[in-house]
Amino acid sequence: MLETVMQLSLVLVTIAMIGFVYRLIKGPSIPDRIVALDAIGITLVAMIAILSMLLRTNAFLDVILLLGILSFIGTTAFSKFLEKGEIIENDRNR
Amino acid sequence: MKTNDVILQTTSKVVFFMIVLFAIHLFFAGHYNPGGGFVGGLMTSGAIVLLLLAFDIKTVVKGFPIDYIILVGIGLLFAVGTAAGSLLFNIPFFTHAFGDVTLPVLGKTSLHTAMLFDTGVYLVVIGVTMTIIQTIGESE
Repeated sequence: MLETVMQLSLVLVTIAMIGFVYRLIKGPSIPDRIVALDAIGITLVAMIAILSMLLRTNAFLDVILLLGILSFIGTTAFSKFLEKGEIIENDRNR
Repeated sequence: MKTNDVILQTTSKVVFFMIVLFAIHLFFAGHYNPGGGFVGGLMTSGAIVLLLLAFDIKTVVKGFPIDYIILVGIGLLFAVGTAAGSLLFNIPFFTHAFGDVTLPVLGKTSLHTAMLFDTGVYLVVIGVTMTIIQTIGESE
């Protein structure tokens, strides 16, 4: 029973991800694409969590936290590039 | 125009310690669980990159006055030293030793010299990634 529910939710999450990929390709502006990428990262976290329940292992739990951190840093870097034109500044108070 | 990014700076100040703690956990869990020196080093440099994003190179260098190229040298020294240490006991190169040691606070702990080798990997990964990122970021 639980396995069927998990497989069903995996399919649903995949459909959601296809929607984000559509927004990533079609998105008229760059911020649309960045938000779509961020959401794809979070959906990937959900997929890994469901998959690790299906495979009955806890070896992937580190990957979940890792993906969350990487997605946060990536989105921050993209946003800073859009805001200021450079990602890492030499001297802020100049 | 000076932009006001209080939210980014405050968030990254808190998240930095979480990422560093996670990196240390990955590093020490490497022997029995997924993880190890490589991912730990990458996560630690990811934390420093987050500080670089929220602040600037000058502030971060003031906070961590480390020459990352020297860090690479120290890491390689750790790795070669661990490997060459076995030669002192007349056993082949890279043979590791392990055993249970009673430490003052931690009690009975099982220690392995592969840990020292992993420390070398950790330091080299931090040094290389931070050198690359700082060199690219500094160029105008």
